[in-house]
Amino acid sequence: MTSFWSAWISVITIAVIVGCFLLVVRTRKSEVFKDTTTETVGHTFDGISELDNPLPRWWFNMFILSIVFGIVYLFLYPGLGNYKGYLNWTSYNQWEEEMAHADKHYQPVFSRYAQLSVEQISNDEKARQIGQRMFANNCALCHGQGGVGAFGFPNLTDTNWLYGGDGSTIETTITNGRNGAMPPWGAVLGEEGIRNVTSYVLSLSGQEVNPKLAAQGKVTFASTCVACHGADARGIAALGAPDLSDNTWLYGGSFEQVSHTIRQGRSGVMPAHKSLLSQDKIHLIAGYVYGLSR
Amino acid sequence: MSETSPDTYNYKVVRQFAIMTVVWGIVGMTVGVFIAAQLVWPALNFDTAWLSFGRLRPLHTNAVIFAFGGSALFATSYYVVQRTCQVRLFAESLVKFTFWGWQAVIVAAAITLPMGLTSSKEYAELEWPIDILLGLVWVSYAIVFLGTVAKRKTPHIYVGNWFYMAFIITVAVLHIVNSAAVPVTLFKSYSAYAGTVDAMVQWWYGHNAVGFFLTAGFLGMMYYFVPKQAERPIYSYRLSVVHFWALIATYMWAGGHHLHYSSLPDWTQSVGMVMSLILLAPSWGGMINGMMTLSGAWHKLRTDPILRFLVVSLSFYGMSTFEGPMMAIKTVNALSHNTDWTIGHVHSGALGWVAMISIGATYHMIPKLWGKASMYSVKLINTHFWLATIGTVLYVAAMWVNGILQGLMWRAVNQDGTLTYSFVESLEASHLGYLVRVIGGSFFLTGMCIMAYNVWQTVRSDSRAPVLTSSAV
Repeated sequence: MTSFWSAWISVITIAVIVGCFLLVVRTRKSEVFKDTTTETVGHTFDGISELDNPLPRWWFNMFILSIVFGIVYLFLYPGLGNYKGYLNWTSYNQWEEEMAHADKHYQPVFSRYAQLSVEQISNDEKARQIGQRMFANNCALCHGQGGVGAFGFPNLTDTNWLYGGDGSTIETTITNGRNGAMPPWGAVLGEEGIRNVTSYVLSLSGQEVNPKLAAQGKVTFASTCVACHGADARGIAALGAPDLSDNTWLYGGSFEQVSHTIRQGRSGVMPAHKSLLSQDKIHLIAGYVYGLSR
Repeated sequence: MSETSPDTYNYKVVRQFAIMTVVWGIVGMTVGVFIAAQLVWPALNFDTAWLSFGRLRPLHTNAVIFAFGGSALFATSYYVVQRTCQVRLFAESLVKFTFWGWQAVIVAAAITLPMGLTSSKEYAELEWPIDILLGLVWVSYAIVFLGTVAKRKTPHIYVGNWFYMAFIITVAVLHIVNSAAVPVTLFKSYSAYAGTVDAMVQWWYGHNAVGFFLTAGFLGMMYYFVPKQAERPIYSYRLSVVHFWALIATYMWAGGHHLHYSSLPDWTQSVGMVMSLILLAPSWGGMINGMMTLSGAWHKLRTDPILRFLVVSLSFYGMSTFEGPMMAIKTVNALSHNTDWTIGHVHSGALGWVAMISIGATYHMIPKLWGKASMYSVKLINTHFWLATIGTVLYVAAMWVNGILQGLMWRAVNQDGTLTYSFVESLEASHLGYLVRVIGGSFFLTGMCIMAYNVWQTVRSDSRAPVLTSSAV
């Protein structure tokens, strides 16, 4: 801030504190009675009169003490405009110190597991527990407390993986995040086309559908959907395109839900965690997640 | 001193506001008990948007602070200023406007808040057209009150009226500055401030709403009804002068403590904390003056439940004004912030202090306003007193336990530095406290319903409450 505002803040802050001090000290000095009295100051309002008792001593002392504390605090800590305070404390410094402290104390715990592979971590009881606790605070909000997922958030306990379920892929997913985009096909396919493709897609996982519609849908599928979901509709992990032949559905597997997905598209976002958690921590979480499906 | 006949006072508006104090108290507290129950049994939102916690919570806070507390302040300030200045209220038509305008603001709030129309500023959620009406009512209130004080027949201004004046003038400034907004449509506006500045303006408002609406205003009430009910002189005129000026000077600065460890600059946080601590003594000045006024009248507590309400309210006032400065200390705040401790602190002030002193003052006024010697049933006042006291203690204790529990659970770390508990575990641990809160709140609400019955039996035309015979009121 400019030196004008810095001075302004300092002046009015000190003025209020000193003003309180002068007010309470002057009032004490002007006391007529030093002890409890029955004398009033002379006014009466609707039958209420006011005694001229002195300020209670303990109260006066408490007031002065709080003023002294305030002045000492403002000398030690930043408060008076640009004045940095005798201790040079800032909230940012405090945060950095605490982070450095945490790194120093906890890093050895995590470093120990950095040498193990994700697969090995999933077999280490202690490592898995650390991973589980971090999962509960960082991942459970979307994926659920036990990792069973929810509508739009993948179940991590089954063996179906959108991007692959080996240790290093899981770690990559957590580190860099994923953006899954199913484009909307409503305008291209029309309602009839959507109905046909939906019928075909549902037939792949063995659901009962109108075979005539499914046959028509198969033609559309072969020209349109194969690019991502593959000719056998088993999905392509490199693109995160799901396997449509299993009976696992991220956005629901009913006729209405699947046609909605085809018509409007879907976009799923797994946020990147590299700026939120250290690589060693991500490594442990990956180990825990890997173990969930086994 | 010349006696002015009571007939010359404008008691009609006082009666209107006194009745609405009871009505809005029941409405606001019912909503409070309902949303407290939602936290125990979430199914109580019935999957209905306007019944959900997020919509009803601002309705609860607005109803109890501004509808219940506001009506109590209007009623008592109009009563006190006339009796201590020995004149009728200034500007008759503005007086009427303050009553009907204030009720209109409350009804508009009760409709728009459940609809989800909100400026999203805490305790200042109302959208801009309602804000403008509120501003007009408040300026009218200031004209009426200051006008009445100006034409007083007494040589001095009574201490109660200083507090009422500080409350009225400051709330006008707070409301107008914080509610400054750019309207987009009839029901949508954006704050005139941005980012951290907006947050600071909001909490400068928010904390002074506590300081001037819920403290200074109710201290004005205390300074009349405590000596009047105890029939004792004020303990120390000197103390009232010192604590008045110190209180209004330091409260203004304390808002920064709501934003500790945030993006608010460090200097603002430090000043907020220091002023909050210096505020302790000025706040306690009011408690001491009220309590010591009772010396020589303690025996009256045995027979007078109205005086009990007033004394217990002062105790809660002293407790929460001690708790507040402690919570403003950064290291304590690091534990208490965002926990139920804050809710407990607010309610020890709101139920224990604000509601209890308003209830005591209303019980004092009602018989006098309707020409009765006493309330219909003193026994029922006593029942109300115990329900209110036990209810408040249950509520506050439950929130202390929950708050400290949450604060400790959130910061607990394992030897590997990971958090020991997930958020939802702390929520599970709070469940019992939430249940106790519903019970405490229900006690308090039941007391208010008993009060409504007692008031109705006192004011109805064929009331059996004893009639006032002597002319001395």
